[in-house]
Amino acid sequence: MKITMAHGSGGKTSAELMESVFGKHFKNSVLDKMEDAAVLDINGKVAYSTDSFVVTPVIFKGGDIGKLCVCGTVNDLLMMGAEPKYLTCGFILEEGLEVDTLDQIVASMAAQAKAAGVTIVAGDTKVVEGSGGLYINTSGIGIIPEGRDVSAGGCKPGDKILLSGNLGDHHACILSARMEIENDIKSDCGCLKDITDALFDGNIDVKTMRDVTRGGLGTILNEIADTSGCRIELEEEAIPVDEEVRGFADILGLDPLYMGNEGKMIAIVPSDQAEEALRLMRDTEHGKDAAVIGQVKEGNGTFITTRLGGSRVLDVLYGEGLPRIC
Amino acid sequence: MEIKEVIDYLKAYDGPEIKLMEVCGTHTASIFKNGIRSLISPRIKLISGPGCPVCVTPTAYIDKCIEYAQKENHVLLTFGDMMKVPGTEGSLSDMKGKGAKVELMYSPFEAVEKAQADPGTTYVIAAVGFETTAPAYALMMQQALEKGVKNIRLVTALKTVIPALTWICENQKDIDGFICPGHVSVIIGSKPYEQLAEKYGKPFVVAGFEAEHILAVIYDIVRQLEKKEAKVKNLYTNAVRDEGNAKALAVLETYFKPGPAMWRGLGIIPDSGLYLKDDFYDGGSRGLVKDMELPEGCRCGDVIVGKINPDQCPMFKTQCSPMKPFGPCMVSAEGACGIWYRNK
Amino acid sequence: MCIAIPGKVVATDGTTAQVDFRGNTVNVNVGLVDPRPGQYVLVHAGCAIEVMEQDKAEELIDLFADLEELS
Repeated sequence: MKITMAHGSGGKTSAELMESVFGKHFKNSVLDKMEDAAVLDINGKVAYSTDSFVVTPVIFKGGDIGKLCVCGTVNDLLMMGAEPKYLTCGFILEEGLEVDTLDQIVASMAAQAKAAGVTIVAGDTKVVEGSGGLYINTSGIGIIPEGRDVSAGGCKPGDKILLSGNLGDHHACILSARMEIENDIKSDCGCLKDITDALFDGNIDVKTMRDVTRGGLGTILNEIADTSGCRIELEEEAIPVDEEVRGFADILGLDPLYMGNEGKMIAIVPSDQAEEALRLMRDTEHGKDAAVIGQVKEGNGTFITTRLGGSRVLDVLYGEGLPRIC
Repeated sequence: MEIKEVIDYLKAYDGPEIKLMEVCGTHTASIFKNGIRSLISPRIKLISGPGCPVCVTPTAYIDKCIEYAQKENHVLLTFGDMMKVPGTEGSLSDMKGKGAKVELMYSPFEAVEKAQADPGTTYVIAAVGFETTAPAYALMMQQALEKGVKNIRLVTALKTVIPALTWICENQKDIDGFICPGHVSVIIGSKPYEQLAEKYGKPFVVAGFEAEHILAVIYDIVRQLEKKEAKVKNLYTNAVRDEGNAKALAVLETYFKPGPAMWRGLGIIPDSGLYLKDDFYDGGSRGLVKDMELPEGCRCGDVIVGKINPDQCPMFKTQCSPMKPFGPCMVSAEGACGIWYRNK
Repeated sequence: MCIAIPGKVVATDGTTAQVDFRGNTVNVNVGLVDPRPGQYVLVHAGCAIEVMEQDKAEELIDLFADLEELS
């Protein structure tokens, strides 16, 4: 069965879709009340984030847009040191979408939400004309435990920068599917809670965290350098990239430093805790390829020391990272 | 020699100031990415020449591509780096945002498959490139002809290196030596540089694209200059033969003939373009010479040949930036102005 | 001017070859070269432009070995 405009009418067909797909997977005590808004009991400092997901193809190696939209918002909350609690989701469906595909994606969202310990407390669905596309917005709320203070401006000269794993997997996976290049590259789409839990449980005094998404490592480190008023220096050879992803990036003339990821983060920690933080990260599922990739210094800008000992500016990404010939 | 000795030597170089030009955009990118400038003496200046086929396409060419992308039953196929080159009304990327049909390609051969699968649509290829890419377009046309595929057109902006180098040698006498483009040389070989080395008395050395290749070539040129030599050398023997790739040269000969070409920021250089001999697949590539009216004060041409530094151009950082580039040196992220901008 | 990278020929079929770039397989036109499976070709825009003589690591060692020593 395919989605039609009637599924967005608010009438009986809509209600059937709600029950047969969303109700089936998202059952919980808040949603089941069927009120106009979720009523939540929250104490403490709140982190609140929103993100929209428009990836094509909607199902890819290593995940799908459902897993992605939960992980994306949960990761944003985690990066502020918050414990993610609640999510809302808004679906925009295009006519012609297979209901089975939608069902698979909603099931994947539910499973990922459960794994991340968040409850989906509100949702909305609209149908527009089109050709079977699917877009999801998720917003999330997390609670920041007493005593945590994580922010982009929090790092200081001397701190060390850790990267949780290989760069570029998600970008390479999606682009391989679009460009029809065959490989075994899987998206790294994943929830970083195991890493943040390990760091906080291990009493690491984390100054700054950021997930390395669109724009890649180069772009987020520039943002951190600007916000903190510090200089960031990286070691090119310390930055982990999978061989297959490197091969893929070479074919299209892309730079893994600017390629997007959906399950990678950086953490900036005091120098004397860097080794312990690295050990903790590497003990987690999502941080097994983690590495210390550089440090924070006095000054400004982001720089990288190259393989042969040269130094250069690492800038933000200008425009889109597109396949190139020269 | 070991790489370390080469770096130590280049770092410690204390002789007369030397200006070397890398003519190839991919060399420019590699020099930047590997931090080569930080590994050599500031007395050795590396000037980025006009060797990025994308950046030097003139406005009229981009306009022509946009015209096709907006035309009913037409789709424009392009390499990704063409997307942000400015036309009169905007770039391909801007126009795609307004509904123009632009698709990215990795290889021109994709056009044959697409055109075969969709006979009602004409696939127009933005065929930019130097000698390295031109044979691929030729083979693509050969394939299309064999399969009887007719709904393909090429808008060519194909350029050749030797006329451009000749132009630079004539117009900028300060360049002391040339780092020759490795992948163009795979096709044309290292021989064609000999006439230039002889006529202008400068070293021309063919380089590969690893940091090691580039450092080795800079070392070789500096040593040649110290000994007052002006030789052609090939330090990319893994891929470049003296005579080039005979099959590729034959294919070029069959499909293309030379003609004048417009280089953004430089002007028209005689015989520096390649045009289709047969009109059938040509989408109107001739006469696309109109360039953007560069605002008064723009000194692109002087930057490209290394006469001035980017910050000596009055437009630098004022009107011209990576988000709104005018000349090729800012269009390319690794162009002279692009790099200068980022090293603010 | 032009990005081209070496890949290993896995199989050939007329003027098309399957070429492996560190685990990424791409169909490449080999009309300009005549490679055997196992050889490395230099590929630009989906077109093999030359057969490589040796692998990159060996090549870079030879490159420096051949440079003229400082005297």
